[in-house]
Amino acid sequence: MIALGQFLEVLIGGLMSGVLYSLVALGFVLIFKASGVFNFAQGAMVLLAGLALVRSLDLLVAWGFPLWAAIILGIGFAAVIMAITAWLIERFVIGPLVNQDALTLFMSTIGVTFILEGAAQMIFGSDAYPLRLFPTDAWFLFENLFPGGILLNKLDVWGGFIAGILVAGLAIFFERTKTGRALRAVADDHLAAQSVGIPISWIWFVVWLAAGLVALVAATVWGTKLGVQFSITFLALKALPVLIIGGLTSIPGAIVGGFIVGAGEKIAEVFLGSYIGGGIEYWFAYVLALAVLLVRPQGLFGERIIERI
Amino acid sequence: MLYREAGQFKTTYAEDMAIFPIRQDRIALGILLGIAFVGVPLLATFHIWPFNSEYLLWAILLPFLILALAAIGVNVLVGYCGQISLGSGAFMAIGAYSAYKLGTGVHIPLAWFGFAISIPPLPVLPSILLGGLMAAIAGILFGIPSLRIKGLYLAVATLAAQFFFDWVFLRVPWFTNYAPSGSVNAPRLDFFGLAVNTPIERYLLCLIFITVFAVLAKNLVRGNLGRQWMAIRDMDIAAELIGIRPLYAKLTAFAVSSFIIGVAGALWAFVYLGSWEPLAFSIDRSLQLLFMVIIGGLGSIMGSFVGAAFILILPILLNLIPTQLGVPLSTETITHLEFIIFGSLICYLLIKEPHGFARLISIGKEKLRLWPFPY
Repeated sequence: MIALGQFLEVLIGGLMSGVLYSLVALGFVLIFKASGVFNFAQGAMVLLAGLALVRSLDLLVAWGFPLWAAIILGIGFAAVIMAITAWLIERFVIGPLVNQDALTLFMSTIGVTFILEGAAQMIFGSDAYPLRLFPTDAWFLFENLFPGGILLNKLDVWGGFIAGILVAGLAIFFERTKTGRALRAVADDHLAAQSVGIPISWIWFVVWLAAGLVALVAATVWGTKLGVQFSITFLALKALPVLIIGGLTSIPGAIVGGFIVGAGEKIAEVFLGSYIGGGIEYWFAYVLALAVLLVRPQGLFGERIIERI
Repeated sequence: MLYREAGQFKTTYAEDMAIFPIRQDRIALGILLGIAFVGVPLLATFHIWPFNSEYLLWAILLPFLILALAAIGVNVLVGYCGQISLGSGAFMAIGAYSAYKLGTGVHIPLAWFGFAISIPPLPVLPSILLGGLMAAIAGILFGIPSLRIKGLYLAVATLAAQFFFDWVFLRVPWFTNYAPSGSVNAPRLDFFGLAVNTPIERYLLCLIFITVFAVLAKNLVRGNLGRQWMAIRDMDIAAELIGIRPLYAKLTAFAVSSFIIGVAGALWAFVYLGSWEPLAFSIDRSLQLLFMVIIGGLGSIMGSFVGAAFILILPILLNLIPTQLGVPLSTETITHLEFIIFGSLICYLLIKEPHGFARLISIGKEKLRLWPFPY
């Protein structure tokens, strides 16, 4: 008999870590929505943003800036780096590849991944750098209800909080601003959007910038959790099933997908892993995604795929 | 001037349907095969430049042949049938581990039924081919979702195969015959009593495999089945309307592709690596194969060879250049530079020629036909 307390702890821990996956998945969704590009480079962008942030922070603190100023300046610097990256990608890779098929665009983002990984590590160094922006200790809840209480990481709570703000902000941006409307128009139909005078390259720059900033946010949380290092790029692979379950075009889907993957993964690992050997976290999310796709080929929240001849 | 088909009349249907209808193509291919089958082994036997060390044979030609074989397999699925797969590494692994298990003897105790399945160790050739067959079965299983899922969704779904099999071969000790380190050694390579040991023998073995499979694949994609695949690729709904069964066409593509990839995986493990661990067939391998196919040209057997050569040799060259030029760079910087240059070249090629080297080759052929006159 599994104790209720343990189950709740695993469930809550899973849901919370799922939100952290959603942070990475959001970047994918943004770019896919606006340009139909499946951006494999999101993980590398998280690495780049994290390295830029942590290295500039270290430097600023060493120069004697107060911590709050250093954090603001560091985040500003990383944001500028992401803006430059977005511009370069739009100008030199995605721009010239307009109207190519999805597979070519996907492969070009793998090329971008290589470039970003190499450049980020060459410029900012390739060690593991610790980042301490958020508290990493834990709370124990309901100690009077369950023996030992329920362990809850403060970092995960922060992650959920930030993800909530991010989603709200993106929703307002997409629904209420002029650029957001233009973005939705471009996502609907490139040619039609162009013909009513929407500057498509500017829109794509904005999208890549937004994805870069989401990567920066993800980097602050994940950098605190794991330290900023090369293995952070594998987050992209962790975020893919989240994306697929939620649907490639849905921002709320990315969050719900994160919940499902996080909770499912942890529950499977704890309660199933002991029977069939550990480490099933590694593939469980993908098999879950496969199962969801068999029922709903466009993901839970994705737009219905309509095919015409 | 040289490359012109004027005067070559086709008087029978057989001539009209030949693989290489142009005489110059046949001659060029004959010369190429001659060099590959006779020239290279001769040069290597007498250690004539560039074969004065075994480096070229071992580190470039052998992996090139095996990965080109795998690339042909991926091309059948991605290039001809249009089903994007990121799980090719897993199918290579299935081929390799199945061949290993069959080559060392299979013993499955079925305690519930009171008996055990035992297969004595098979010779190398059947175990490699049966390894390919196992990969084909796995390919069919993981191809079933393709009937409902399309495009990039399918690509991510095939990642499930990749990660699942990575885990299986890492965590289930039965597959590695309970080797404590998790790495396994290939059985002795013995083909009909002939031992294959030296690099030249291994090279020839792989060459025979790839020649046979390239011809088979080329003929398959020219035939009825290949046309069905291409119809599905170009527009699956329209293909269904003109009477092509998507179930049959897609699953045969998955089966044929996985079979070739599985055989390539078994060769990679047995002939090239010798001893290996699951890491040899990770997601990086899948991406590498997909790159080969896209850079080489989707839907082109010849392109698979060119793509494999390019993707394999480029990093080696990039690694050599700084040391040759004598640029004082730390190894770390060189690795990062390699990343950047490799990525930039990939992007550049995709922008300049999205249809890959195969398209460049056919443009070159057209130009050659007119040469030296510009019209």
